Amino acid sequence: MNAKRMDKLATAIIGILVGIVVLILISLIGYILVTGIPHISWHFLTSPSQAFLEGGGIGDQLFNSFYLLILTLLISFPIALGAGIYLFEYAPKNWVTNTIRVAIEVLSSLPSVVVGLFGFLLFVVQFKLGFSILSGAIALTFFNLPLLTRSIENSLAAVPKLQREAGLALGFSRWQTILGVIFPEALPGILTAIILSAGRIFGEAAALIYTAGQSAPMLNYANWNPFSPTSPLNPMRPAETLAVHIWKINSEGIMPDASAVSAGASAVLILAVLIFNFSARWAGNRIYRKVTASK
Amino acid sequence: MKNLDEIKRQLTKSSKATRQDRYGRIIAFICTFIIGLLVAAIFYLVASRGLATFFENHVSAWDFFTKQDWNPGQVSKNGTPEVGALPMIVGSFSVTVLSALLATPFAIAMALFMTEIAPKRGQKILQPVIELLVGIPSVVYGFVGLTIVVPVVRKLVGGTGFGILAGTIVLFIMVLPTITSMYVDSLRSVPRFYREASLALGATRWQTIYKVVLRASVPGLLTAIIFGMARAFGEALAVQMVIGNASLLPHNLISPASTLTSVLTTGMGNTVMGTLPNNALWSLALILLLMSLAFNLIVRLIGRKGRLTK
Repeated sequence: MNAKRMDKLATAIIGILVGIVVLILISLIGYILVTGIPHISWHFLTSPSQAFLEGGGIGDQLFNSFYLLILTLLISFPIALGAGIYLFEYAPKNWVTNTIRVAIEVLSSLPSVVVGLFGFLLFVVQFKLGFSILSGAIALTFFNLPLLTRSIENSLAAVPKLQREAGLALGFSRWQTILGVIFPEALPGILTAIILSAGRIFGEAAALIYTAGQSAPMLNYANWNPFSPTSPLNPMRPAETLAVHIWKINSEGIMPDASAVSAGASAVLILAVLIFNFSARWAGNRIYRKVTASK
Repeated sequence: MKNLDEIKRQLTKSSKATRQDRYGRIIAFICTFIIGLLVAAIFYLVASRGLATFFENHVSAWDFFTKQDWNPGQVSKNGTPEVGALPMIVGSFSVTVLSALLATPFAIAMALFMTEIAPKRGQKILQPVIELLVGIPSVVYGFVGLTIVVPVVRKLVGGTGFGILAGTIVLFIMVLPTITSMYVDSLRSVPRFYREASLALGATRWQTIYKVVLRASVPGLLTAIIFGMARAFGEALAVQMVIGNASLLPHNLISPASTLTSVLTTGMGNTVMGTLPNNALWSLALILLLMSLAFNLIVRLIGRKGRLTK
């Protein structure tokens, strides 16, 4: 076979393989949305789940997912920001910094189930917090920290060096330069990183099974006292999230309409992830335009 | 004289900005330190639990890694507890290796399409594809695996449908974006003049790709595959939903099997802290932890080797 024909053949094969992958993705998302969206209704999204009967909703699970997401971001963002700033600006080039960088890399590649089990051992068992939203949020923080730290550091490093030099030349300290000059410029990147990590947190289940628990006790949405066990705001109550719910009803198999409920819940999860992905892009662009005054 | 002292004090005192800088630096360091501490704590706690099987319950490590009977609650005929983790270890490694093997050609094709064949259009179409594949939660993959992959496997291949084949197919889609995006980065770092030199010699595009670009990026490809394998090895729920959860040594690709992660997710809730069945599960978690460390080390070694040859 001559070289030209070989070239055409190889290109065609590559095109076919790429086509297969795109087709898989389209049919995957299409399948989830087509089977799931008919089950989504106001009733489905707001009513509590049923264990043995048909017609249960995902109201509590949906609320738990968002509540956990917010708590996790509240805990992990300050730590990741601090660590990102340190690694970008202050970290000296020595073995301590190197060790910490390796540690962050190792943490980011740990299986989430191991992180979850560690959270279970430390918070649920040792500190006796029980299966609770707080334990879950801390476990998710562990799982989220390395990636968020790395992307914050990258966004800080993507700011042109000139900006930093200009800040320092004006007599600012390094801290002032970071907070006053570099941070605003890096904000779009940081925001994108946060939204993308929110998508990951929202869909995570393995780290939550043994930390936030697999039960959703009755909630009273009129009760705003965070110390009452039926209050949705109580961080010490066990809370099953949407992703954990899908896993549980499929592996237990006692709910009569499990596949319908999980199809609906999967569609909600996918829609949430799609929204997170698109809004990350949109917000990044918009804030960048606002901060830098470019059109 | 008093005046001079005052001036001296003012001149040598650190300014507000300097103090602020110092505090900021300390706070930032504490945040970083927390992460380091966290990793150490994870390793210490999981190791102390996982090693208890061998030191407190006196299970021989040899038996643990080579015996096939996993029934930690019971005692076998000759008086030793039945904790043979071989079926899970084999299960984990087979789904990992098979899914990586299956995903690699697709990942190479995707990466080549994005960097060599249609850089602009490919990037525009395939980047969102990769991001979406990464973004789909693992339970959703598991659910789709349960409702589509398992019945299809049952129909086409036979058996119950649950098993290593179904696990491999689900993991294939999950590791594909990981391998692809890492390999794209490594293809982009192949210097432009490599390609120009090859094209100038009259090579076709495929000859350039095959003889120059692919070979220059072999370390990058290996790194990408190892990262994909690390993800597959640690994936828990999606695999657990389709693998069948039978702690038996898999005889073929369609017999129900189990992986380290699937046994952990299903078993941890049914055992009591501090007993042998529970300790045995922590030993499995320790294996997972060490394997993820090993994947990291291999990546590092490849990185060093790759640099030397350049």
